[in-house]
Amino acid sequence: MTKLARALSLSASAAALALAAGAAQAETVRWARVADALTLDPHSQNEGPTLALLRHVYGTLVSRAVDGSLTPDLATSWEIHPEDPTIWVLHLREGVTFHDGSAFTAEDVVFSYERVLHESSGFRAIHADVVGAEAVDEYTVHVQMSGPSPLYPNNLTNFFIVDKTWAEANDVVAPQNYAAGEENFAVRNTNGTGPYQLVSRDPEVRTVLSVFDGYYGDAPQVTEVIYQPIPEAATRIAALLSGEVDFVQDVPVQDIARLEQTDGIEITTGPENRNIFFAYNATSPTLRSTNVADNPFSHPEIREAMALALDRDAIRQVVMRGQSQPSAAPLPPFVNGWTEEMNAYGAPDYERAAELVRSVYPDGFSVQLDCPNDRYLNDEAICQATVGMLGRIGINVSLNSQSRSLHFPLIENLETDFYLLGWGVPTFDSAYVFNFLVHTREGSYGAYNGGQYSNPEVDAMIESIATMTDLDERNAVIAQIWEQVMEDRVFLNVHNQLLAYAVREGLNIDVHPENSPTLWTVTID
Amino acid sequence: MIAFILRRLLQSVIVMIAVAAVSFTLFRFVGDPINSMVGQEASIADRQALRDSLGLNDPIILQFGRFLGNALQGEFGISYRLQMPVTELILQRLPATIELALVSGLLAFVVGLALGVYTALRRRGVLSNVIMTASLIGVSLPTFLIGVLLIWVFAVELRWLPSNGRGEVVALGDWWSTGFLTHSGRLALILPAVTLGLYQMTLIMRLVRAEMLEVLRTDYIKFARARGLSARAVNFGHALKNTLVPVITITGLQLGSIIAFSIITETVFNWPGVGALFINSVRFVDVPVMAAYLMMIALIFVVINLIVDLLYYAVDPRLRVDRAGKAH
Repeated sequence: MTKLARALSLSASAAALALAAGAAQAETVRWARVADALTLDPHSQNEGPTLALLRHVYGTLVSRAVDGSLTPDLATSWEIHPEDPTIWVLHLREGVTFHDGSAFTAEDVVFSYERVLHESSGFRAIHADVVGAEAVDEYTVHVQMSGPSPLYPNNLTNFFIVDKTWAEANDVVAPQNYAAGEENFAVRNTNGTGPYQLVSRDPEVRTVLSVFDGYYGDAPQVTEVIYQPIPEAATRIAALLSGEVDFVQDVPVQDIARLEQTDGIEITTGPENRNIFFAYNATSPTLRSTNVADNPFSHPEIREAMALALDRDAIRQVVMRGQSQPSAAPLPPFVNGWTEEMNAYGAPDYERAAELVRSVYPDGFSVQLDCPNDRYLNDEAICQATVGMLGRIGINVSLNSQSRSLHFPLIENLETDFYLLGWGVPTFDSAYVFNFLVHTREGSYGAYNGGQYSNPEVDAMIESIATMTDLDERNAVIAQIWEQVMEDRVFLNVHNQLLAYAVREGLNIDVHPENSPTLWTVTID
Repeated sequence: MIAFILRRLLQSVIVMIAVAAVSFTLFRFVGDPINSMVGQEASIADRQALRDSLGLNDPIILQFGRFLGNALQGEFGISYRLQMPVTELILQRLPATIELALVSGLLAFVVGLALGVYTALRRRGVLSNVIMTASLIGVSLPTFLIGVLLIWVFAVELRWLPSNGRGEVVALGDWWSTGFLTHSGRLALILPAVTLGLYQMTLIMRLVRAEMLEVLRTDYIKFARARGLSARAVNFGHALKNTLVPVITITGLQLGSIIAFSIITETVFNWPGVGALFINSVRFVDVPVMAAYLMMIALIFVVINLIVDLLYYAVDPRLRVDRAGKAH
């Protein structure tokens, strides 16, 4: 490894010389992250690290730029069918080839739709409104929706396109099925249209990608990517400090200040598409963990008192060491529907808050807070800080913090009164928040509505925006829903997470809001 | 002899079943794997369907029976996390753990033995006292801390050795990959082997020293000295030989625990062995991998204990006489 590091630093300085002379040069980036991609199957696991790695190998129809906007990729343009609002017309890029040399055509897109809608796919829910796809000609696809879906292209940014002939030849027409007990060929083999092709993969050890000469876009400056998962934070940072990796994606907040002062290392921070909030059950007549007879969260005074007692700036300074954006809006700022007014929050007022609590419960009350301890940045510490703040106004909170594998079932099974949750919005639209967190739980709605909020009027509005084609009208309804949700204090938002990337000097990597860095866009000084 | 072996084998099988049962009961408290397996968009109905298809809704006793039945056929299923056959995953990772365990076990034995003999012979020497004091650090510092300290000094500050990983490996046949044959592989072994072996090394050193001091006081050593044998012949020919029996037993038994408890070292050094695989599986509630790993560790302990028992039987005549006496 030392030899390799030496060779690489040599080649890096050689590259610097070559760049000075104006010539392109082979450049390797060694990329470390907390976890490995779970699989290379493009339609199996809808999970951050998996998507981030696969994006380098498989192309998508539409891409998400660093600023959150949609950009053309394998589809050069898309529009709603002029005669039928339930059909999306996708115009495909011509002259694209897969890594094995076969041409990319509409047939591959239609096949990828069949695969992503398969029972064992992990992305079925994202394309739930798709009835089917049809190739009109070699480079045009019609996607039939179950109703008008004006924002559907937002759902295409994580939809990877596979080669139909390759999939059929290797018997991988469907994603991995666990119950079948056999490994799928696509778990360890790839054939995409992306900028890099797979050279070797040793799961959880090292995955090597090299640039694909036939890539249709601009030739990447980074010609080789070595991806190494390093779960232990101290080891990950040590590997960067010792020059064994060039790019660390998950930097613990407590190391940021020190790394900023280290020569040869640069830190880039940016907002992540994820907000952290508390939610509580304000609906049930009683709670399971309180010492009072009724449900304290059902009183608007108590919900207001809690909002007054949450000191977001203190959490930012003490718990997050400055690495967060405090906000009262329960959605990240790039998401359609977010407003400055929702974001604004006042200074905490403990006296007024304590008074409000006393007006309902003269002796205060107790309740349990459920919190994950291995899911979000400093999640447990955020909960601990909040327990202290609520204690000051007469709410005696007992903290139950545990692993995510125990925390999330509480929300799914409605077994929690008061909990912490983080939420990312991959579609960049409020409807995603409403569908999962606000709508009454029924059918595919409200899966994470652990607080059991239920308002028939709001539900009707949420259902109506799904098929609205006039965007101005739709945005007005979204604003109306938010107004009601904020008034009812359904969520007690804490902040938006910030991401920090640490790189060796000279690499310019933008922080991607979905935490999915794109190494083919990296520039090297 | 055969009856003895059969009895021990039967006991081993019971131990294995007990380990499987205990680990299965524990899995109920680790959490729900489904959440890690599906994206946040998956509907509650989809989650239930997946849970059903994996048999996670069945009574625990039924799941256990199914697991035992499959395990008897050497079938541990597909990892929930990495989607690969569990047996293959573990076999792929095993060489890394075994190589690390062997090197650190050997290191602990050789260095521990040398230091133990030295401190026993030069009981009042300055260096002996320094070594004895330093060995306290080896016993009392947690492995995690030692690992991080070594990384800090030798990887970050001096940059002599790699901080993580196994370096380049060479495949030997289908089922073995070795780091012994490449320069980077050998360099990568040093820090984790020292970290993992340090505790055993101090243990062996203190054991050798104590045994050696004991033996040096015995009559036959005095007689050997009186016969005018050289110090070298007395110390190494007679004293050391008689110290070795318990030391070898302990080292053998410790090898099992080095393999089983390499988890922390593997995590700190990102060593791609079965320990790191297990920890990652616990985080994800990857039940098939956890179950297979615990069964494997139980098997290693059972086999080592069986071998040790058989060796005792061969070495210690009293055991045989006792049995023979009972038979008549």
